[in-house]
Amino acid sequence: MSELSHNHDEHHADHHQEEGPHSSFSGYMLGFMASVFLTAIPFWLVMGDVFSSRNTTVLIILAFALVQILVHMVYFLHMNFQSEGGWTMLSLIFTVVLLFITLSGSLWVMYHMNVNMMPSMMSGGS
Amino acid sequence: MSHSTVSPAAQAGQFDFLVKGEHHVANGTLLGFWLYLMSDCLIFAALFATYGVLSQNYAGGPSGADLFDLPLVALNTSFLLFSSITYGFAMLQMQQRKLKGTMIWLAITGVFGAGFLGLELYEFYHLLHQGAGPQRSAFLSAFFTLVGTHGLHVCIGIIWLVTLLFQLRKHGLTTANRRRLFCLSMFWHFLDVVWIGVFTIVYLMGSLS
Repeated sequence: MSELSHNHDEHHADHHQEEGPHSSFSGYMLGFMASVFLTAIPFWLVMGDVFSSRNTTVLIILAFALVQILVHMVYFLHMNFQSEGGWTMLSLIFTVVLLFITLSGSLWVMYHMNVNMMPSMMSGGS
Repeated sequence: MSHSTVSPAAQAGQFDFLVKGEHHVANGTLLGFWLYLMSDCLIFAALFATYGVLSQNYAGGPSGADLFDLPLVALNTSFLLFSSITYGFAMLQMQQRKLKGTMIWLAITGVFGAGFLGLELYEFYHLLHQGAGPQRSAFLSAFFTLVGTHGLHVCIGIIWLVTLLFQLRKHGLTTANRRRLFCLSMFWHFLDVVWIGVFTIVYLMGSLS
């Protein structure tokens, strides 16, 4: 029984497309090297106090995080426009839109709530 | 004239449909699992938004700059990054139908994951010991919820990984097991993507303020 199903699997894999995306050693290594680079630099920037301005450092490490997320998506999660007939990319774009609305909306609304609060109600915040 | 050319084409199309109807959808599970990951992404989006709103509300308690141990976080991050590449090696072994290699790299991935979880629990224990538990301030509540939820995902990923190791030993690289390995691969790499957000926004930006 198991021998039979095993043969069927081999047959299936040879004549049809493999279930998931095909990955390569060079792809994984490239992604890994890029990730090490993109992780090490933000840690160095913060731990070594490279920039005196906080805002400069924040912007740079956020940019590095964004690039690293893209690297992971492409080299580890094998994202592209073709997989599953484009449905994975479509759902990812939809999720990113929702993510953007959730994050920016929450931060924007709550920031103005804090700014417009009566001074007497502020509990010693800066 | 036109009638005679259209009719056979329509009949051929009909037969095509019947033939294609016999095929099963090969990638249904992977797309479904990807959709689960996207909805999981929304949970993390809500937790990140909560953390972003509450990250300055210290209630007179310690801030991130007082609490976070960046060398420990760097070590933790490297554990998760190494576990991502070792899982990649497991997938490459799987593509070559090498059961032993797949299991070895999977086990190494599990060890890195367990190391990550151990360091995170050590950090949590250390914070609680200092009196900086989730009940101390809104900032710490949001911190423990966000980082704790990620840790819980890693914990479930390790349980899944160990289960898969036993299934691989018993059944080998069958179609079902290869599909499970693909799903866990997406889950594991997804957790690494979330961790990029955590170490950048929570730890690095928290240490700056």
